[in-house]
Amino acid sequence: MIRKAGQTGLTYFLITLFILFTAFPFYWMLITTFKNDNELYRNREANPLVFNQAPTLDNLRLLFNNTNYQTFVENSLKVGIAVVVITVLLAVPASYSLARLAGAWGERLGIMIFMVYLIPPTLLFIPMSQIVSFLGLRDSLWSLIVIYPTFTVPFCTWLLMGFMKSIPVDVEEQAMVDGYSRFGAILRVVFPLALPGILTVVVFAFTLTTHEFIYALAFITTSSQKVISTGVTSELIRGDVFFWQAIMGAGLLVAIPVALVYNLFLDRFIAGFTMGAVTGK
Amino acid sequence: MAVVEIRQLYKAFGEVNAVNDVNLTIQEGEFLVLLGPSGSGKTSLLRMIAGLEKPTGGEIRIGGVVVNELPPRARKIAMVFQSYALYPHMTVYNNIAFPLRSVGMDRINIQTRVERAAKMFNIYHLLQRKPRQLSGGERQRVALARAVVREPDVFLLDEPLSNLDAKLRALARDELKQFQRQIGVTTVYVTHDQVEAMGMGDRVVVMNYGRVQQIGTPQALYRAPANTFVATFLGSPPMNLVEQDNCIIGFHPEHFLPKGIDQHMQSPITIPFEVTRVEYLGSERFLYGYVQGVGERTRVVSNIPSLVQLAIEAGRTYDFVADLHDLSYFDKMSGDRIAPVRLQIAQAAGV
Ligand SMILES: Nc1ncnc2c1ncn2[C@@H]1O[C@H](COP(=O)(O)OP(=O)(O)O)[C@@H](O)[C@H]1O
Ligand SMILES: [Mg+2]
Repeated sequence: MIRKAGQTGLTYFLITLFILFTAFPFYWMLITTFKNDNELYRNREANPLVFNQAPTLDNLRLLFNNTNYQTFVENSLKVGIAVVVITVLLAVPASYSLARLAGAWGERLGIMIFMVYLIPPTLLFIPMSQIVSFLGLRDSLWSLIVIYPTFTVPFCTWLLMGFMKSIPVDVEEQAMVDGYSRFGAILRVVFPLALPGILTVVVFAFTLTTHEFIYALAFITTSSQKVISTGVTSELIRGDVFFWQAIMGAGLLVAIPVALVYNLFLDRFIAGFTMGAVTGK
Repeated sequence: MAVVEIRQLYKAFGEVNAVNDVNLTIQEGEFLVLLGPSGSGKTSLLRMIAGLEKPTGGEIRIGGVVVNELPPRARKIAMVFQSYALYPHMTVYNNIAFPLRSVGMDRINIQTRVERAAKMFNIYHLLQRKPRQLSGGERQRVALARAVVREPDVFLLDEPLSNLDAKLRALARDELKQFQRQIGVTTVYVTHDQVEAMGMGDRVVVMNYGRVQQIGTPQALYRAPANTFVATFLGSPPMNLVEQDNCIIGFHPEHFLPKGIDQHMQSPITIPFEVTRVEYLGSERFLYGYVQGVGERTRVVSNIPSLVQLAIEAGRTYDFVADLHDLSYFDKMSGDRIAPVRLQIAQAAGV
């Protein structure tokens, strides 16, 4: 009994440590957002973890009134949604075909496709920038909408392959015997069963897109076309002056909704990853 | 309801000939069982009839129409997979209604049909459940209900009882057979269990290595197996085979009885039987041991009904008898059935 209680205590202790560790950045961002310059920069002796002076909304005012923050958010949303749509449209049929129709080669192709994802963007952005220029998409959100699927599609295809493989072939064939074409069977049986995977891919492609930095920095220089990751850093870091409170606020406002959605899908995420891993047998 | 004709059907998977020159006609309303060990091509044959697998060669006709090029949905068949393949995301009701929706039937008709099928299989109270909330037996019934609801011409079943426990299986076997009689639909039933095959089939097709070994009624297969494969695949324990010169002599364990209870035999022959082990199984007794009067010394089994009270002990030799009319003869090289040969029975004096 005592040992058990001790174990439970230890477990809770460790969990508390982890929670502090993961929640601390959010907390730090939150209080920093509302601190005035005087407190943040000059008051060195005071405890930095709490407010020592009255909190202020000035920093958020700066963020919303003196920068294009709302435009950045809108741009990020536009790019994110467009990339998610493209990714789903390509990855769903691709993963189905690789999982079901391509036999032993499907497996190898799937792994090769995944490899593409591992090539770092720092290597790819030079050739990519030529393509973007060639397409005349410089300084346009479209450049990102064209480029981002080059890494979301391979990764999401690989991820979805695991989900697709976990759907029994029998069930699909049964639908074909029960009076449907292959496409009808896919629509009525495979898609509904792959839905957790598709949702995972939606969330994943979206977050992958919104936190991307290098391509966004390389291809877009006009402020009104920037996305959050580049817009915030370029407009709130002027020379060597960092507007820390506004930067924190900008980050927090987009991080919280994403974190909530992630949490909602966490289990399925993990299922998706491990399924992908198991198929590599 | 329809006749299914299969002509020179082949299916190769790379090097493997899964189905090899199969010719078969399944009569209207017949319950035909495909019986064979695992890997003998039963599932492949069934899947070709269903249209899920394309034949490498040959022809399949359903109701006189060549269906080789038709997709499964155009063949008016229903299939029950070994796994039952219930749609996990649908309720039992929607599972059963699914084939009806494909033909665009209206709501009210669908409901009538689903409810009728559900009552027929005693699953009416489960209609709102999801498949994962059902037991194995219930899943099997749902799969059957879904298969019959569309009133197919041909009913294809791939080992539908193999996922049930032994007790449930016997019951399900009986129900399935009764139900097939009732609706009288042409049925192809795949199994590796010879008890199931013998008990249910109007005719049984024994397969091995993709080839048909023999087609016939259970009685015919049992009485006159076409080769040693069929002889040793049927019955439990299977037929005893004893070599003599270049021929193999076969006799069923239950036709090899102690001398004295052979009154019904027309031309009994006496063979000494050295009993090494006795097994009591309630309704019968299995005696294991050796015969050496006929051909070489060979291990055989005798199956005596428990009505025969005769005391038999392991370690002693008794005079046993078999009826000449019950013997089967096979060629030693090919294993095929041949005409009776003259038996040489040496009365093993020294034993
Ligand atoms: N899709 C397939 N690909 C390759 N070989 C297969 C495939 N399906 C079946 N086989 C092979 O064909 C043979 C017959 O298999 P199957 O029809 O499943 O036999 P059964 O149902 O009698 O156990 C086996 O040797 C099996 O390995
Ligand atoms: Mg099989």
